[in-house]
Parts: sequence; C-alpha cells; structure tokens
Amino acid sequence: MPKNKILENYIPVIGLEIHAQLSTKTKMFSPERYEYGALPNTSVSNITLAHPGTMPSINKKAIEYAIKMGLVCDCKINEYNIFARKNYFYPDLPKGYQITQHNDPICSQGNIIIDLENNKEKKVRINRIHLEEDTGKALHNIIPNKTLLDFNRAGAPLIEIVTEPDLACSKEAYFLLHEIRKIVRYLEICDGNMEEGSLRCDANISVMKREDKEYGQKVEVKNMNSIRNVQLAIEYEIVRQIEELEKGNTIQSETRSFNASNGKTIKMRTKETLSDYRYFPEPDISPIIINDKWINEIKSSIPILAREYYSKFTQEYKLPSYDAKLITENKELAKYFESICKFTKNYKSASNWIMGPIKSHLNDLKINISEFEIIPKQIASIISLIDEGKLNMSSATKILFPKLIDNPKKEIELIVKELNLIQEKDTNKIDLWINEVIKENPQKVDLYKKGKKGLLGMFMGEIMKKSKGTADPSITSQKLKEILK
Amino acid sequence: MKNLSPYSENKDFKDINSILETCLKNIEFQKKLNAFINVYDDEAIQNAQTIQNKINNKKAGKLAGMIIGIKDLFCYKNHPVTGGSKILQGFISKLTATCINKVINEDAIIIGNQNCDEFGMGSSNENSFYGPVLNPIDQSKVSGGSSGGSAAAVKSGMCHVSFGTDTGGSVRQPAAFCGIVGLKPTYSRISRFGVLAYASSFDTVGILSQNIEDCAKILEVVAGKDELDNTSYIGKPLKYSDNLEFNEKASIVYFKETLSHNGLNIEIKESIKKKIEILKSKGHKVTELSFPMLDYTLPLYYILTTAEASANLSRYDGIRYGYRSPNATDLESMYILTRTEGFGIEVKRRILLGTSVLSEGYYDAYYGKAQKVRNIIKNYFNKIFQSHDFILMPTTPTTAFELNAHKDPISMYLSDLYTVPASVTGIPAISIPNGQDKNGLPIGLQVCANDFEEQKLLAFSKYLMTLN
Repeated sequence: MPKNKILENYIPVIGLEIHAQLSTKTKMFSPERYEYGALPNTSVSNITLAHPGTMPSINKKAIEYAIKMGLVCDCKINEYNIFARKNYFYPDLPKGYQITQHNDPICSQGNIIIDLENNKEKKVRINRIHLEEDTGKALHNIIPNKTLLDFNRAGAPLIEIVTEPDLACSKEAYFLLHEIRKIVRYLEICDGNMEEGSLRCDANISVMKREDKEYGQKVEVKNMNSIRNVQLAIEYEIVRQIEELEKGNTIQSETRSFNASNGKTIKMRTKETLSDYRYFPEPDISPIIINDKWINEIKSSIPILAREYYSKFTQEYKLPSYDAKLITENKELAKYFESICKFTKNYKSASNWIMGPIKSHLNDLKINISEFEIIPKQIASIISLIDEGKLNMSSATKILFPKLIDNPKKEIELIVKELNLIQEKDTNKIDLWINEVIKENPQKVDLYKKGKKGLLGMFMGEIMKKSKGTADPSITSQKLKEILK
Repeated sequence: MKNLSPYSENKDFKDINSILETCLKNIEFQKKLNAFINVYDDEAIQNAQTIQNKINNKKAGKLAGMIIGIKDLFCYKNHPVTGGSKILQGFISKLTATCINKVINEDAIIIGNQNCDEFGMGSSNENSFYGPVLNPIDQSKVSGGSSGGSAAAVKSGMCHVSFGTDTGGSVRQPAAFCGIVGLKPTYSRISRFGVLAYASSFDTVGILSQNIEDCAKILEVVAGKDELDNTSYIGKPLKYSDNLEFNEKASIVYFKETLSHNGLNIEIKESIKKKIEILKSKGHKVTELSFPMLDYTLPLYYILTTAEASANLSRYDGIRYGYRSPNATDLESMYILTRTEGFGIEVKRRILLGTSVLSEGYYDAYYGKAQKVRNIIKNYFNKIFQSHDFILMPTTPTTAFELNAHKDPISMYLSDLYTVPASVTGIPAISIPNGQDKNGLPIGLQVCANDFEEQKLLAFSKYLMTLN
C-alpha cells in the first residue's frame, strides 16, 4: 500500500501545552525582574534562591495577566484561588518544589478561534490556564563535566495554557500557536518570543485508526523553539507513530525531544518512571479571591484585539482579507493603519502605503512601527495629494517619502512645493519635454516607429527625468503616443 | 537567678550596661546548660552604648533595656542561623526576620541565638546538632523543646525575653518545663518572614518571658501585617501592655478528656483542679465539656506537619548553601549523602513520614482526611468560643523528664498532647507557671482563647498567676 494511503487510515489527535512567560516588572513571588540574556545569577533575590526563612509574596499583576488571557479565551475565571506545591528535586529548582496550581486553575473551559486556510475557522477548546513560577537553568558542560546553574529565570511568572486534544494536524497546531502568540502580544502580557523561551510549547500527540473509538497512546514532545519547529515535530511524530503501529509495535508513554537539526524526535524519558509530584496546597500563600469587580476592571483594560481589527478593516474599510491579515499581525501596525484612516477615506491606499514603502523602510532599518517617526496624518496628507492628482505615486514614494523620513515633522505641502513635485498637467510644458527627448534620441524614435513599442517606457523615463518627476504620467503617455504616431 | 526586664521591674533605669552585663554573666556562669549557640557579646556591648546615648537624650525606643535571645530558627542579617542542624553549619543569613527587625527598631538588644531541636522538631531539645539543653532547675532533666534553649535562657536570667517558635507546643512546653511564661499567639498574628519553616500552616512565632508584662510588650511591637508574609493577619494589633487588668467574670471551659487522660501526671491534674476550684470560688463560671477528638489531634498533627515539612526542608540540598557531602560522586549521591549526613534522625523520620503521606494513592487517606478532621476540630472550638471565654488545659502531661527518657518517638510525641489542639486550630494559647511537683519541678497551666483575643488572654493569665 502506498505510504499516503496508510497515513490516511489514521487520525492524529493533538493537544498543546503552552507556557507564556509574563512580562511583569517582578517575578511571580519575589521583587526582582527576570530579563532574558542578563548575566547569570544577577537577578536572584534571597527568595528566588530559597534562602532559609524566605516566603513568597504574590505578584498581583501576574494574576491580572492570567485573568486577561482567560477572558480573551472565554474561560471561566475561578473565584477562590489557591496555589499548590509540586515537589521534585532538581538543581534548577531552588525550593525543591515549584509553586503552581493543581486542582483549581485560575481559568478553565475556554476556547480560541483559529484561522485555517481557505478562510475557514476552527474553535479549539482550552482546558485550563494556570499560574506558576519558572525554574532556573542548568547549563551542562560549559566547563567539561560540570553543571553550572543560573537562577535568573527561577521564579519568573508563567501561565500554562492547556488545550483539549482538538487539533487534527500539524498545521492546526501552527495556527493555534500563531494565534496565541498574537493574543499575548496584543494583550502585552508576554513578548511571545519562542527563540528566547518566553513562549514555549509542548505537544501531546497520538494517532488512532479511523474506526477506533478510543484515542491512541499519547507521546509528549518537547524542546521546539519556533512555531515552525512545532509543526515539523508534530509531522515527524505522526508518521513515526503510524510506522510503529504498522510494524505491529505499540506506542510507549514517553516524553520525546525534538532535534531541530535533523527534524526528528528522540526519546527523553519514559513516563512510568516519572516521579510522583506529591502536590498539596501551598500553605505560605493565602487564598486569592477574584470577585466580579476585579474581573470587570480587568475586562475594561483589554485592548482591541487582532480579530476585532480584522473584521473592522475588512467590513468597514473594505480591505482585502490579505491586507487586513498582514496589518493586524502586529498591534502597533494595526493601530497605525487605523490612525491614517482617521484622515483619509482611501483605505486601500493607506494599506498600500503600510505594506509597501513603510514596511520596506522598517525592514531596512530593522525597526518597529512604534519607532517610525512619521505620524499617520502625514501619510494621509500624501494620499490626499495623490488622490487630488497633484502628486504622482512615483515621486511620492521615490522623492517625497525619503525626504520626509529625514524631516518627519515638515509639512507635506511645503516639501512638495520646495521639491517642485506638484504634478504638471500643462500640455504645452509636457509637449516641450516630449519634443526635447525625441530630438535627443532620433535612432530610438526610428526603432519605435518600426514597431519596437517597448521603447515607450524608456521615453517616459527620460521625460520624467526632464520634468523632475512632475509630468502627469497619464497625460504624458497619451501625448507621447500621439506625437510618435 | 531572677533577672527581670527593666520594663517590668524598674522603668526608670539609668544604666543599660549593667543590665546587659548581668545577662552576659548569667550566660557565662551557666554555659553548661547549653542554652546559647552563639553569643553576640561584643556587638551587644556596642549596641548598648548607642542605646544608652539614646536613653540619655530621651530618644530611646520602647524596648530600650530589653535583652532578647532568639531561637536558632530566626534569621538575623550577617549572623549565623542553622536551625540546630548540621545541614546549615556555617550558614550566615542575608536577611532579618520581620519580628527581629521590629524589636531592634525599638532598641532591644539581640544577645545571641539559642539552641533548639533541629528545625523545631522535638519536645526535649535532644534533637539538636549542638547537643541537649539542660533544665536550669534540675540539670538531669530536659529543658523541653523545641525552644529549649530559649526557655532555659529566660529562666536562668541570660536574657529577659526569647523568641521561640511554636508549631505544636514548642514554646509552651519548654516554658512549662522551665517554669516561665510561654505565649503562642494566634496563627498569623506575627509575621513568619525570616523564620525557618517547619510546618507553614502551624508555625507561629512565640514569646518566652518571666512575666506577662514583658510578653505583652513584645507582642504589641511584633504583631501585625507584613507584606513579606502573605499569610500574616491584616487586623491592627492592640496595645496589649496597656490593659492587663482582668476585672470581668469569665466563662471557662475544661475538657473531661484532658483531665481523665491516663498519661496525665496526678500532681499536674491536682494543680489544675485546684485552680478550677479557686476560679469557681471567685465567681467565675467553669464548665466541663467533652472534647471527643482529643485522640485524633496528634495523628492529624503529625500527618499535616510532616507533609508540609517534607516540602519545606527540600531546599536543604547542598546546592546553593549549607552542608554538601564531600563523599558525593554524582547528582543523586550528592542529594542522598548531603541529606543523610546533614539531617538528624528525627528530621529524617518526619521527612519520610511526610513524603509518604503525600504519595499518590495515600493522599486522600492521610493528608485529605487529616485536613477534614482539622476543620472539624476548628469548628468545634469556634462553637465553644461563641459562649465561653477561655479553655483551661494542662500544658504537658508530665513535668520535665530525664534526659534520654524517651527512646520511642511515639512516647515523645505524646508530650505534645495538650499543646497540639491550639496549634491545629490556630487559636492563641499560653503556658503560665502553676506551682511545682514534689521534686520542685515546675508545672505549667495552659490557657487558650478565641482567635486574636490575645489581649483578654494575657490579662486573664496575669490574673490567674496571682490566684493561689
């Protein structure tokens, strides 16, 4: 049987566990801040190092962030919240237990809508979102045969988002993760950077035959440091499991690690040998009561999210779906676009400006839209001049825009006047430029007349040069064609 | 031997140096008791100078002249703290416990840290890496525990007041054995920040003193909400020392089961009965009630405290500080050897017990059930306090026993029988001296009150101490 046919006999069942590091000013239970890339052990209080006598203090912001995420995911917010101790020994875990939530997560039973290809949507159920603290890092073999410990990350606040096994393929996992990253970035509760580990994803993967009633044995895959790698790891793992089953083997309950260099997953440990975490209620933290008043306060602080922008841009501003997707990828970009639209009704043109000159400028300088110095009103002014026929697109992008970047606050009309960019519609003047160019290129004129019509562009370019880009292109090309007849 | 604090005896004292000198001499002359682990004499003498200047300028805090010793479970920045354990040998704390900070801010002098049972686990101070503390009244007897050094130090005039910790009786029991006052306030009334944890939902900072006045004075300074202890109680503490007169007619309860318990020494039983008769004769209402859960309190206490302890003591792993076994060859052997060599036998016993009661498949049967019983007892006590003011109990079933008397841990655990109920319910309880047995050993009387009624409890206790 061909391989594809065999794969089709199976249904993959995938759920994700996503850790998002909350970008609060302090750690989950201690007063210092975690910053990625800081020198080892420079952000470690006595509390983080579990010095004798220290106790956890609650970071209220982290709780608010978790509730925010829960509200966006349409979760039930738990009123009476307790933490739990998860006990195990490892050198990167200073207290010998992690403070987490066990039976009663702060948020539960929600869902996230993801965009599939061909404009379809899918609702992915969220089982729970809970709060916990991060561990430190054990660095092996930087000095041969030694392990060094960096406790900077220990105690950093995390939310763990656990989905139901609702994903049917690697692409859906990709889209879900992409959506979650977009949400946490819009909410500004996490920077969403997977390479730096501020967003981490473990995937629980199993496969079952189409006719099966029960899920297959699941395998947990870890260590994927990009959304793309999550997709690749799942793809690999699905095929691996099906191959094992086809060989007549059973799937082991285990944790596997993804190796990005060869695209394979390898076994880390068997689940059976995992320790018993001996969870029990954390007695050093009083129960946290979340009342409706607090929830409503947090609700009112939730900003407009990508989905709302998307439907506004496509419905109200009639942007093509492609444009709206691209612009809403980034909150600042979406906000910038919206600001332009306050001053112009030519929304598509605003979108073109963002996706064209502005984006390429940002890319060239490797900066973010928030660092872009031209205010939206200026872009709207340019659009108006073009729409009024006073300015052509080419001089707007090639001459005006670079000038404006050097002098972002200068009035557009003034620059246009100074640079003499107002579009020339006077046919007498245009005729003069055309005739000059014809005189200077007798051979080309000959060739053109013999049928080499492609030379029209060359003539247009020369005329534009002569007019310093001010000649109205449509009048010019019409005139040129007449004269060359 | 009696060395009273300037606060309770002589409010217009002039010379703090002589006060300190008396304490330092008492420490020196009674070294054999093994009450202190470290004495900060030079530092105390220096501090005394500074405070003397403040006194001369009338700028001294309200604890000026008070000399305080701290159990070796309290952190004091740049000073050693070991919890009486080898595993923290040589460890110097980088922080100061909130309660220690508060008394220092009021110009008390910290004179040293005191011997105790390892991590507060014990009832005789025999579980210390530094050896047992001897009872100042009879050196063949134990001082009690776990705050044995703290009680012996106060009794023998080495300091006016000691900070102890009371998880299941560790302040009240040694106070009873040494014949002094030992207060366990309501759970959460004093911040636990900077106190080495044994069982977090039981651990309470306690005060050992010669008299109620000192105890009240210290309590009003150290009680209160602390941002560093999330569980500390938010209510404002009272000025306990201002109102220590008790003029009401009290409604007092004692439990049939506590007095009829076959472990209770007959002389202690008689002394409490005598007190009850005096109270009745003074017009107080005394009611006998039943406490059918008494026999369950010790098992539930040992399940819950050991469970919490098993996690609280996980940080002592030899990785970041403290003792690390030199015999380790890899990570696992480092954990095993460090903890095997670093912890004493009783601590290891409790860690193992706690680990096992939390294990999968046992949680509901032990931890879950114990938590339920704890709630039942709490509710029962709440109900009693709806119509009564105080509960009277013996502090201990016996007076101070011989060193090495209890070979079997269960028989040792029984010495906490009467102190554990207040720990399980979190209510404030105090042990006050109530006469002596035929060998001249002190007998303690325990008084319990409703949550946060320390004011009433202290005033009534002072009154009780005058009734003979």
